[in-house]
Amino acid sequence: MVRAFDSNYLNGGQKLAIKYFSVAVILFFAQLLFGLLAGLQYLHPDFLHGILDFNVNRMVHINAMIVWMLYGFIGSVYWFLEEESGHEVVGLKLGNLGFWLLTAAVTVVVLVYLLVQTGPGNDFTRWFINEGREYIEAPRWADIGIVIVMLIFFYNVAMTFARGKWSGIAGVLTLDLIALAGLYLAGMFYVTNISIDQYWWWWVVHLWVEATWEVLVGCMVAWSLIHILGARRKIVETWLYIEVAMMFGSGILGLGHHYFWAGQPEYWLAIGGFFSALEPIPLVAMVVHSIYDAGVHHLRNRNHPALAWIIAHTFGNFLGAGVWGFMHTLPQVNLYTHGTQWTSSHGHLAFFGAYATINIAFFYLAVQRWRGDVWMGANLVGGWRWKWALTLLSVGVMGMTIALLIAGYEQSFIERAQGGSTWSAYFAAQTHPWFVESMAWRMLFGWVTVAGFVLLVWDLLTVGKYETRPVEALAEEPALTSA
Amino acid sequence: MMENIPFWASTNFWKKTAIWVTAGSFVVLIFLTFDTMRQTMAGSVRVPDYTVINRHIDYRYDDRQRRSIPVIGGEAPLFGKIMDASEAEKWVTLGKKTIQAKNCMNCHTLLGNGAYFAPDLTKAWLDPAWGPETVRPQLMKMFLMDPEGNARTYGSGRKMPNLGITEEEAKGIIAFLKWMSSINTNGFPYNFKTGG
Repeated sequence: MVRAFDSNYLNGGQKLAIKYFSVAVILFFAQLLFGLLAGLQYLHPDFLHGILDFNVNRMVHINAMIVWMLYGFIGSVYWFLEEESGHEVVGLKLGNLGFWLLTAAVTVVVLVYLLVQTGPGNDFTRWFINEGREYIEAPRWADIGIVIVMLIFFYNVAMTFARGKWSGIAGVLTLDLIALAGLYLAGMFYVTNISIDQYWWWWVVHLWVEATWEVLVGCMVAWSLIHILGARRKIVETWLYIEVAMMFGSGILGLGHHYFWAGQPEYWLAIGGFFSALEPIPLVAMVVHSIYDAGVHHLRNRNHPALAWIIAHTFGNFLGAGVWGFMHTLPQVNLYTHGTQWTSSHGHLAFFGAYATINIAFFYLAVQRWRGDVWMGANLVGGWRWKWALTLLSVGVMGMTIALLIAGYEQSFIERAQGGSTWSAYFAAQTHPWFVESMAWRMLFGWVTVAGFVLLVWDLLTVGKYETRPVEALAEEPALTSA
Repeated sequence: MMENIPFWASTNFWKKTAIWVTAGSFVVLIFLTFDTMRQTMAGSVRVPDYTVINRHIDYRYDDRQRRSIPVIGGEAPLFGKIMDASEAEKWVTLGKKTIQAKNCMNCHTLLGNGAYFAPDLTKAWLDPAWGPETVRPQLMKMFLMDPEGNARTYGSGRKMPNLGITEEEAKGIIAFLKWMSSINTNGFPYNFKTGG
């Protein structure tokens, strides 16, 4: 018997989530494709020169990443919104309209990036072609569209909980979304003074990635641990509050590590160094949290691939965002590493570990329900695929991270410490065999990552298709006893 | 049983802690933001006024601070003339808008932020590669208007593509780079050796 995807198994929010997840996977592919092109240009600088230059490929690479992660987050929230609130999504039609608006805007922006690429140095270019600020390159018209879509999303989340029931997860999520949408406004004005420009630019980039996004995925992990493991809500929500306190307590002023060298006052060296050194602590807590919950339930769970990706998320978040971030966050180290491949090493592992993983976990939750709550436990038919997809993606990203780290070390020593940071020192480091070899290894592991992605998509499209068993029942959670 | 757990492990305690810690951190950030804006506005000690492009700029090691700091010297007019405040701002603004419009930041870094495929632009104005100040603006202008024809790849094979930069835009970029090199960046880039 073949179990086809059947939308009758899904509630309204979940049907909308499937749309978001589908576009997320397409954009994930775009991220990898343009990452490969940019990586190849390090090894073969003439490749696509004058057609798709490095700056275009790199822009699409990082923008596709940011946007597929947002699609994954929005989809995940719509996925659990009705179950968590006990109420239908209040503005489902509006939500669908938001999805199509966002998708049309993303399509137009990417086409303009690829076909028009750059424009004259005036306001028109910034409004309609490219804003030219890393990560938030989307032209201003698209910014306005993004804000409208985020307001629709926020309305749906807040009003659905208001009409249904509030929970700890609901409260944290709603407040976090206000901050997330509000912060985007900090990136929506032009200023000539680059020190002030970069000050506000980091409000968007850092306070999204190292604060509000972390709390958002904290909500996603909390809900999924309850759903997959049957973890006790009171414990999970207490953990969530602890994580929010530590995440915002370290991450908000940890923003200071971006203000060491961009013209801002010297006190940021101490504030940024101190608070960003604390940033790994909540990430350790998340590892403890997930392992504790999984252990208490003897790993018995409803969805093995999803739980594996959640564990990968907590470790990846700790390692990529926490350890790799801490390694170069103190100003005494950062003076030499800032603006080198150290940052891209950290970026690759952190974005994968913290965000790609948790989105993939939700993709697995979605396909399970979409096939009618099918078995995804032990001895899953074709179970090798998800294990190999997870392995190849993890090995691929880790390999790229190590290769880029070696390149970053080499740059810090040869370009910065020895060479005096001039252009000729920069190129002396770029042409050094250690750097060139690192870029070749990065490329190899890039291909491994792509192989993992292909396997992942194959698995998402087929997992559970030939299963006849229904989803595994959860064990009763052992009662809490007093000390 | 649940009611026996100490207060510091209770949900309510951590809920309140999360709210207070978040609010407290944000309030501190707001105060620091006001102070940072004051200290980084154009014309402040850390970020000079745009008319600094009329002056000689250097970046010298300071024995007391044990790091390099920008040193603003005497008159050294850019493009052969002293500019008033509005004219200087006009050129620097054109440069900043062009740098954004040409997506420079996805190959280069500015103040160390951006991509790592091409050199950092923070102190580009002072880089020895551009020769003495007398010829620097002309060399930079020629390069920006035809980067492929004037390419120097230092053996890397990487060339900046032709981006259709006009003469006006090139002059704007040069003004912007000269102004940016005067910003006090707390000693970044470290150990930088200027062209004099």
